[in-house]
Amino acid sequence: MEGQELPYVLIDCIGGVHGVYEDHVGFLQKHFHLITMKEYLENKTLLSKKIRAIYMWYQKPVVNKELLQSLPNLRIVASSGVGIDHLDLNLLSSFGVKVSNTPFIVSTDTADLGMALMLASSRRLVEGYEMAVSPDTEYFPADWLGAEVSGATLGIVGMGTIGYKVAERAKAFEMKILYHNRSQRKKEEESAVGAVYCKKIDDLLQQSDFVLLAVNLTPQTHKLIGKRELELMKPTATLINISRGLLVDQDALVEALQNKVIKAAALDVTYPEPLPRDHPLLKLKNVIITPHIGSATKKTRRIMMEEMTESIQAGIAGLPIPHEVLP
Amino acid sequence: MEGGELPGLLVNEIGGICGILHSHVAFLRKHFYLITMKELLENRKHLSRKVQAIYLWWHKPVIDRELLQSLPNLKVIANSGVGMDHLDLKLVASFGVKMANAPRAVCSSTADAGMALLLASARRLVEVHHIAISSSMDYCEADILGVKVSGATLGIIGMGRIGYKIALRAKAFEMKILYHNRTQRKAQEEQAVGATYCEKIDSLLQQADFVMVAVSLTPQTRNLIGKRELELMKPTATLVNISRGAVVDQEALVMALQTGVIWAAALDVTYPEPLPRDHPLLKLKNVIITPHLGIKTDKTTYMITEEAVENILAALNGLPMPSEVLPS
Repeated sequence: MEGQELPYVLIDCIGGVHGVYEDHVGFLQKHFHLITMKEYLENKTLLSKKIRAIYMWYQKPVVNKELLQSLPNLRIVASSGVGIDHLDLNLLSSFGVKVSNTPFIVSTDTADLGMALMLASSRRLVEGYEMAVSPDTEYFPADWLGAEVSGATLGIVGMGTIGYKVAERAKAFEMKILYHNRSQRKKEEESAVGAVYCKKIDDLLQQSDFVLLAVNLTPQTHKLIGKRELELMKPTATLINISRGLLVDQDALVEALQNKVIKAAALDVTYPEPLPRDHPLLKLKNVIITPHIGSATKKTRRIMMEEMTESIQAGIAGLPIPHEVLP
Repeated sequence: MEGGELPGLLVNEIGGICGILHSHVAFLRKHFYLITMKELLENRKHLSRKVQAIYLWWHKPVIDRELLQSLPNLKVIANSGVGMDHLDLKLVASFGVKMANAPRAVCSSTADAGMALLLASARRLVEVHHIAISSSMDYCEADILGVKVSGATLGIIGMGRIGYKIALRAKAFEMKILYHNRTQRKAQEEQAVGATYCEKIDSLLQQADFVMVAVSLTPQTRNLIGKRELELMKPTATLVNISRGAVVDQEALVMALQTGVIWAAALDVTYPEPLPRDHPLLKLKNVIITPHLGIKTDKTTYMITEEAVENILAALNGLPMPSEVLPS
């Protein structure tokens, strides 16, 4: 790198709600010359030809045709996380720009969060905490009860890496595991977690005490869970979503929760994120919402950043790209 | 029981703050003639002789010498739950009364609660839920990052039935498991969960990212976790207590949390329950407290009552009791 500049990489911003983390900047600056969108917009003429890569953290900066047209030397967009539904892969491909994600590193944390949400919801953890600390609490009533997780039936919709890790965890809770997936898993994989394949999602919905969504958002899975699916669920069932908000018909979900068609929901993802502050989901007592923290641990986010760095370096050098996403 | 009355079962009350659950009454009435404390006090002469058993729900009615003396036909006291620290076992035994707890019914539910607390604490669930529903949503993602559970080290203090069920669950999260117990478990039991025995509690405390307390409360375990133990823990470690509040020196815990000696705590039990409303534990950002919900599910509470009834009927019929508790 003697006498040479570090490659110019476009980012959205540093800090703030979803910007690049302050304590990742040191590492990134060892390898790249970071340009924020603000800096880029202020100095387009000089910078547009220099930018070789986009470091897309939390789906920002948004990449559209206009941006692609103005970055003639852009080689790669490295996207954080595993989801790629926010990317127009065909558009990027048409500009000869490669794409990478961070597919596997997010799996265990996301599976852990799925379990955390299921346990918190069924045992009424948030409500319980509020009771325990409320200034008005004088005693803990004996008839304040939650629902059992151990021995209950978990239906996993989407048995990819994350879904399977959820199954591994749920098995240890003596749960009965059903799953629905585009294709059936191998027999050994099924028996390792005691999971039973439901070719029809209806069968899974009708039998599950907990329905956990661990599926990619694609045109086919958009509104996968709507009024019909919610009505097939047990009135004592809980919906857990750790994938994408758009998998669920949110209006139908609100109605189902209000009318006790299902018992509760625990959502790490919504549409949009965040929800408007007057949205009914924020006020329902039987809903836990978390701000898309599936992979939000210090360790994992650090590794994601390092993987994206690797992918960008490979993309710029014209070498095989780790975790490349093909259209 | 033919041609005779059902044996009298004394309970504190039905419904109410710590009364027998309404949904259990029909089942109890199949086997017993239910007598509440209020009824007993109003009609001592007639009812005191009828009481052959007492079913404690949330430690009530309080068993003292006066009550024991007034119930000449009392044969057995069944406790809901597994902890017996609220009972004077020697006193009860001195009246020739047998005692039972419900060790099997409580296990899975309590282990689940332990894992729920561990996960909620590690991933800052309560905190981030409040952010997600707040009117301003003013936060920085970098500031709300959690701790990775998978692959972390869990130290279980007390590897009885509950501790072991926790180990089974933690193993599925790919956690490294250490445990401290009065006695070492069999090799196959250890291997099944990948648990390593720490004969000295210090060794466990120094290595664990999460310390889970799952012991009974006895004179030996009172204040088991005090200033010394907290200081042995990593500053990045979390204490999870699902046993009894008195196992932890609460004042020392407050100090440790306030000064960053340990990272966080998640407590299903405190001393007393509930804590006084001005207690520092209620205000600490790095503490989750839950209202002793370890066994609070429809399923488990019902199983507890079933286990209690099994024990009571065995005692009344002179048969071996499935979970008799003897004064040590």
